[in-house]
Formats: sequence, structure tokens, C-alpha cells
Amino acid sequence: MKSAIKIENLSKKYVIRHEQRANYVALRDVITAGTKRLVQTLKHPLGGYDEGDPGHEEFWALNDLSLDIQPGERVGIVGRNGAGKSTLLKILSRITEPTRGSIWLNGRVASLLEVGTGFHPELTGRENIFLNGAILGMNKAEIRRKFDAIVDFAEVERFLDTPVKRYSSGMYVRLAFAVAAHMESDILIVDEVLAVGDAGFQKKCMGKMDSVANEGRTILFVSHNMGAVAELCSRAVLLNQGRKILDGSPSEVIDAYMGQTSGGTLKIDARQDAPIFVTELILRDMDGNTTSTIPMGEDAELEIRYCVTQPQTNVTMAMLLTRHGSSLLYSYDNDVADELGGRRDIGDYVARLTLPLSRFKEGQYSIEAKIGVGQTNMTDDNAVLVFEVCNHSVDTTHKSFRSDRPGHVYWPLVWKTSRLGVGK
Amino acid sequence: MKNSDVNVVTIEAGRSDAHYWRDLWSFRELLFFLAWRDILVRYKQTVIGVSWSLIRPLLTMIVFTIVFGKLAGLPSNGVPYPILVFAALLPWQFFANSLSDSSNSLLSNAGMISKVYFPRLIVPASSIVVSVVDFLIMLLLMLGLMVWYQVAPTWRMLLLPALLFLALATALGAGLWFAALNTKFRDFRYIVPFVVQFGLYVSPVGFSSDVVPERWRMLYSMNPMVAVIDGFRWAIIGGEAKIYWPGFMLSCLLIVLILVGGVMYFRKTEKTFADVI
Repeated sequence: MKSAIKIENLSKKYVIRHEQRANYVALRDVITAGTKRLVQTLKHPLGGYDEGDPGHEEFWALNDLSLDIQPGERVGIVGRNGAGKSTLLKILSRITEPTRGSIWLNGRVASLLEVGTGFHPELTGRENIFLNGAILGMNKAEIRRKFDAIVDFAEVERFLDTPVKRYSSGMYVRLAFAVAAHMESDILIVDEVLAVGDAGFQKKCMGKMDSVANEGRTILFVSHNMGAVAELCSRAVLLNQGRKILDGSPSEVIDAYMGQTSGGTLKIDARQDAPIFVTELILRDMDGNTTSTIPMGEDAELEIRYCVTQPQTNVTMAMLLTRHGSSLLYSYDNDVADELGGRRDIGDYVARLTLPLSRFKEGQYSIEAKIGVGQTNMTDDNAVLVFEVCNHSVDTTHKSFRSDRPGHVYWPLVWKTSRLGVGK
Repeated sequence: MKNSDVNVVTIEAGRSDAHYWRDLWSFRELLFFLAWRDILVRYKQTVIGVSWSLIRPLLTMIVFTIVFGKLAGLPSNGVPYPILVFAALLPWQFFANSLSDSSNSLLSNAGMISKVYFPRLIVPASSIVVSVVDFLIMLLLMLGLMVWYQVAPTWRMLLLPALLFLALATALGAGLWFAALNTKFRDFRYIVPFVVQFGLYVSPVGFSSDVVPERWRMLYSMNPMVAVIDGFRWAIIGGEAKIYWPGFMLSCLLIVLILVGGVMYFRKTEKTFADVI
């Protein structure tokens, strides 16, 4: 059978400019740099120009990636931030060009990298359906044919002639997803869009994608939500630093992805250039065992190990606890008096803290460790430890307790209700 | 055969996409959708929407008539001076609007460009379609002025579509250059308003190009808008307005060069737009 998507030795290089905040160039800078170079050449006609521009650094977002996807397969792409997932999708969607390698796409591609691309707030729902459809590559006849199905799915019949700026965010997202989901395509590329919207909507989207897949269409799905990957995908690929680490069944790959944090510890390759950096994150349950699953209703112990290669004053460590991308808890090590006074001489350090997890609902959480020196923050994107709060023993009959309800914290409140009168 | 399959797309580094023009054709509706969006939004957002595209040229016409017609006393080809000026403002305003809108178009649609694929050429082209609508509104005003000043139209008016096409080619060519450069060099946008303002005075908008001495006519025609404006005057005023043919041909040649160069440069830089925008 002919592959739906065939990727061979795909690589993408970005050049990072350190001295500039934005990634665009100003003509002024080009002229200044050109003049400088000219002056340099005039001064030292034989010396040449210093090639190693310290302001530029190459970065391979994708490195020699090969992948062969058969028609009808549902492939989940997982990996940490910066693993190359988004770059891969951008290249597949033809938004950006690869630096090396090639891709064959066999069939019409619908790619949904963002919900509601091109939506204009001033236009009505009806107008936006047509506009967004055209942007995604549908023609007028096709949009008209799908119009009712789109409106139905989005549940916005009553607001079709209202400008979308007056829509609730839920309606907006539903409408936007509906347009893209109804595009006739052989290959559907979806990036993390399900992270938005409420649980009901997410379920609906998953259902839609499921039915898309059952029609024999190919799906490529990027998500941080391992539950969604497990539910939807028939195959998964784990990326790390632009390379394919593992290609196999979703459960295998999800385990490996979680295992990058291997059972509650995360070792980070030493960054020799940094004066201070995190080397290890360790999570322990209250019995002192290293683990990545904490029973619901219990606290946990976090250990942050870090290394100082140059003496520092004014050091701040911080820890951020998040769930599904929402920040839950942020803590500085010098919130309470720091006995070292922010001073760190060369050496290895360990910081231990108790995480008050007992009130948190079940689900996946992550911990990010951050270091700041003086006014600069040296956030290390790799210092992220993922763990799960699992429910074994706690009574879940309380509605507000369930993990699909809003809220991250379980805290049974006492509601004192009394009748004020007979009423009218 | 892979290539015989319409739906097979190959993505490769540095490969100039063989399907580009076919894609452009299949996305042709998007061109009009984007133009339709811009027009819709403009008229929803501003109360003076339509009138704005009339007030500006009318005021310019009045000022030019007073300055060049009355104060400087320049010749008017035997027609009322306002008609002479407005016949030139018609293509000039179209060119100026097209140029400033299309050069900004990529940046103002940055969100779309970094998230969806479509031939990027559509974005600047659609802002020119919007200017065509403004042009048509101004054309109605022109007809009104002709009735007012009792200037009879001639058969030459029938050639206006061809002349509009010439203006369109100029605007698209220049617009593509500026749109691409604007995306690459973000400070380029300061140049566009200057070009538009400067162009208004070096083009024969406020005066007839007959006032330019014969030996300078060829040099003067290096400005492609000279041919377009002369053409419009020739078609609208009729009678005495003449076209300086050698200069006209030179301008046309330059227009073709600008357009072809613009398309080529745009195509070359297009692939990097999503990375730098």
C-alpha cells in the first residue's frame, strides 16, 4: 500500500540571534553590519572578517527524522516542549520549509494548528464560517454543503448573525473547530487544539476525530494530554531534541515519555556553560520511595539538586506546580528566611520541600524548577518533572471531586443553607 | 506514476514548488474572500467608511486645482482643471492605496501566515482587489464631475479597463516588492509612505505631462505611473490630450519588469515568511 505520509531525513535549522529580541531583521542593522564588515576589510585586507559571530547560534529543531505513515493510521506525536513537534507539523502543513530532507503527502491535507485562524471579531458567525473555510482551502460550494453540519456541531444556530467578538470563548472555539473538522481531507493534522475548551467540548472533538479516523482518513495528532493520545491513536512517536526516540504503540510510547522522568527522578545533562544549573529533580512519596505516582490525599517530597560552577550571590530558586497548563502553586526558596542568604559558593546543592498535594485532584501534574541570579532568570526548559496523582482509596462520590469538573483542588466546603421565607 | 496523481504533494528543501500556480488557482476564492472581509470590516467599523474614499480625492483635487490651475496657471488641455486633476487622481489614488495596503498586508495577516498554508501571493493581491472597489466608487464620482462640467465622454473611455489593468500591474509589482521587503526588514515600512507622498509630486497628477520639456520626456517616463496617468487622461478627457508614445512604451516596459521582478522576489522570499514574521 502506498504511504499516506512519507518523511525522509527531515531536518530543520533555525538561527537564533542573541542580541535581538525579535526574529526579524531591520534594514538599519543590515546596513550597519555591512558597513562594519567593509571597514574591517579595509583595515585588514588580508586578515578577513571574524567568522564566528557570537550573536548567532544554530539550532536544529528537527534532526534527520524519518517516518512512514500508512493511510488510516492515527499517529500521536509526543515529546517535551522543544522536541520538534510543532516544527514537524509546520513543515507538514507547508507553512515553513525544511532545511534538508523530503516529505511525500498522498492526499488532501487539512491542518489545524490553531483554532480559529483568520477569524475576524467584527464579522458574524456566518461570515466567519465562509472566511475560515476559504482560508483552510475549501471552496464556496464545499462550505455551503457543509454549512448546516458545521453550525450543528458548533451549536451556534441562534448566534449566526452576531459578530463573533460577542461570542463566549466556548462558542468561539466550537465554531472554529467545527469548520476545520468538516473539511474533506485525506490527512488531518491536529496540534494541541483540544487543550482549549471545556471537558464536554473536548469529548465532542475527540468523538469527531474518532469518526474521521473511522472513515479511513489519516490523523496526525500532537498533544501533551496522554489520555487523549491513548484514546485516539493507534500508533505514537516520541520525539526528543528533534530526533525520533521511539515509534510504537501508544501505551509503549506514553510510558517512555513519562519515563523520561523515569519513576519520579529526572536527571539533566550538565550545562557546562551555565554558572548554575539544575542537575536532578526527585519526587518521593511520604515513605521516602522515589515515585512518579502519588496516591491521592497524600503529600509528597521534592528534591531539587543543582550545581554551582561560579560563586553566586543573590540566587533564587523557584518551583512551579502546574496541571493541564494551569499554574497552581509557585514558590521561592527565599520566601521564608534563607539561611545561606542567597549566596552560593562552588559546589553541589540540594533543596528539599514538601509539596502539599493532599488537596489536589487526580490527574497529571508537572513541576518546573527555575533558577534566578540577580535580575536574570535562567529558566531551564528541561527541568520539568511529570507525575500523576492517582486515586486508589478516596471516596469519589462527591461531584466536585471528579477530575473532569472545573477546579484543581479538592476541598469540601461546608454549605449552610437555610430558607428565608415562603417566596412569591 | 506519482506525479500523475493530483493529490501527491512533495515537500523538499529549496524546491520551488511545482504546484504553486495550480495552488494559486485552487485558492482563487480566498483572494475574493479576503478582499470581501476587508471591505466588510471597513464599512462595519467606520461610519464614514464609503465617504472616506471620496473625501480624500475630492479635497486633493480642490487643492491641486487651486495650486496648479489657478496660482501656477498651468495649461489644462482644454478641459476644466478639476477634470484634468481628477482623471489623474483616479489611477494615482488607486496606485497609492494599493501600494500602502499591499505592502502592509503580510504583516497585518501574520497570524494566518504562521498557521495556515496558502500561496502568499494572495494576501497582497487581495488588498489590491479592495483598492479596485475604491477605484470603482471614484469612477462614479468622475462620471458625476463630467456631467457637472459637461465634458462629453468619447469612445476612448472604452479602453479604461485596459488602462486599469496597467495600473493594476504597476501596483501589484511594486506592492509585491514592498510586501516582501517589509516582512524581511521591518523598518522598511517607513519608506512606503514617503514613496507614496513623493510619487504624488513627481507624477503628473496636479499638472499635465505636456508641461515637461520635450527633451526630458523620456527621462520623465522612467516613472511608470506617467504612462498610466497619461493613458487615463487620454481616455477620459478625449480631444486634446495626447500620449507621448516612446515614453509610454518605456513606461510599459518598466511596469513589466517591476511586475516580473516583484513576483520573482516574492516567490523567493515567500518560504521564509512564516519563520520571520
